[in-house]
Amino acid sequence: MFTKPIHTKLLYLAILAAALLLPWYVPDAYIFQIVTMSILYAVAASGMNLILGFTGQVTLAHGAFFGMGAYGVAIMTKAGIIFWLALPVSALIAAFIGLLIGLPTLRTRGAYFAIVTLCFGVIVWIVSGNWVELTGGHNGIFGIPRPSPIPVPFFGQIEFFSQTSMYYLSLAVLLLVLFALYRLVYSVFGLTFMAVRNNEPLADSVGINTYATKLISFVAGNFIAGLAGGMYAAIMGAVSPSAAGYMLTFNFLIFVILGGMATLPGPVVGAFAIPVLMEFMQFLDDYRMLIFGALLIVVIIYFPMGLVGGLRRLNQKVAARRQQKVSESGHASR
Amino acid sequence: MDLFLQQVFNGIMFGSTYAIVALGLTLVMGILNIPNFAHGHLYMLGGYLLFFFGSTIGLGYWFGLIVSVAAMGVVGVLMERIVYRPLNDQPHINAFIAAVGSLLFLESFALVVWGSQGLRIPNPYPQMIEIMGITTSIQRLLVIIGAVLLIAGLHLFMKKTILGATIEAVAQNREGAMLTGINVNRVSAMTFAISAGTAAVAASLLSPIFMLSPSMGAILGMKAFVIVILGGMGSIPGAIFGGYLLGLIEALGGGYLSAAYKDVFAFGALILILSIKPTGLFGQKEV
Repeated sequence: MFTKPIHTKLLYLAILAAALLLPWYVPDAYIFQIVTMSILYAVAASGMNLILGFTGQVTLAHGAFFGMGAYGVAIMTKAGIIFWLALPVSALIAAFIGLLIGLPTLRTRGAYFAIVTLCFGVIVWIVSGNWVELTGGHNGIFGIPRPSPIPVPFFGQIEFFSQTSMYYLSLAVLLLVLFALYRLVYSVFGLTFMAVRNNEPLADSVGINTYATKLISFVAGNFIAGLAGGMYAAIMGAVSPSAAGYMLTFNFLIFVILGGMATLPGPVVGAFAIPVLMEFMQFLDDYRMLIFGALLIVVIIYFPMGLVGGLRRLNQKVAARRQQKVSESGHASR
Repeated sequence: MDLFLQQVFNGIMFGSTYAIVALGLTLVMGILNIPNFAHGHLYMLGGYLLFFFGSTIGLGYWFGLIVSVAAMGVVGVLMERIVYRPLNDQPHINAFIAAVGSLLFLESFALVVWGSQGLRIPNPYPQMIEIMGITTSIQRLLVIIGAVLLIAGLHLFMKKTILGATIEAVAQNREGAMLTGINVNRVSAMTFAISAGTAAVAASLLSPIFMLSPSMGAILGMKAFVIVILGGMGSIPGAIFGGYLLGLIEALGGGYLSAAYKDVFAFGALILILSIKPTGLFGQKEV
């Protein structure tokens, strides 16, 4: 049911190889930084995709949960807790706050849920700019230490001072998250997410606990956002309220929608394609968001499946046509 | 006591703006069932258009106001036609996303055309007057009077004219309205025009007092949502009452508790109320 054709598998393998070898052919530190950031955005956007794409709940607080992870790691590592403990704890905090917020707000539906989460996102953003004792106010927190080295027997230790090592760490997190999502979404339990999205009353009537399903999706998605945020803090070395802002949420939204809602590669493609596109459109300066705003509208009207969804449909059409031709020529020879 | 009265006065002034903006939003949400996330940004654009027509072209405040309101009406029609109408039959989630797209578009449009620096519209009535121990400028008084006139005018339009009745008919039952021969698409476009136009009025009244900036629509738009949800989607009295209530809560909360966190109170109240009653305070049960 979910098996992929061989050429798709080969494509994924080629992309993985290209990603692993990236430090050898991208020497430019600036581009390298953009790629590393794209990986983190891909992680966060994948989490949003779980809630938005697969479960159909328009969460507009994703930037806030990203920010909780970032501030969590920043505050804990500055207090002397090692990164390897601070990262999962921060992600768990984001997930726990997601649970507390999800419990009441997931009773609302559609537009109401979107607005409630947007309001929550703005509250987190305002608090992160004003709670000076905890978050450093509008200046944020500087000088976040890099992750401590991991000792490996017979090998020495893996250090995380260079950009390259942080790149591989981010890549590992992305692959781990994608694998987890793959196992989750294509399991029988994952099908209930899509059942809730497609028809909530129907899902309810066949015995799915829709409220619990939405809650699990929301908490898991926010855990992933917190994880991405924690990595962001360690790589950037500084966090400011913009790492928890609602503009970040809208960026994630653009990645998910333009890349392709409810597909696993979609948010990853979006998170890579769009920052790269932005870099190429650097000369356009302020006009960039103007174009992206318009692009978002055009895509949602004409290609609601996004880039990956569109490619898949094209692929299916080509395959169908080929099959038709084969069967036609078969008839002719007979 | 004077401070208290002053705060109440400010609250009523802000409340007037909130009431008008929420009114426009509740009309659109009642009719199309689409949360127009970009509504606050229509308000922002209205302010900038007043700057453009009034100051840059030099029509002056009042002519600039009339032209900018008319222009915003056209913007509203275009928005309905280009962004929302093609999404009528698609899942609701797509309309939210299109709304976020238009919000980003409008904000960066203002940023590109007018820059991120705050702009000031010359205040046509800067004179100060004193009533009952409250010192205020005439412009501030104008905000309150203008809001009352606009609300009264809109009420008469909705209740006494056929066009207003068609809006209400579509809000109550879309299919039923179609059956009686109402052109639903035209009513939607008109509602959007009124909604954008009223937002422009609010912006025109308030902007001589405060600076214009491309980001000023975002928070205001969200507050309008808070009001609409508290007052019940599509309820006009709810929007007016909620607008003044929020204005007063903010003025008193900001004046006596904490100015930095005043928006947190409003949004926190929304989360709390929707947690207890998921369809809003006066919302009907959904089907």
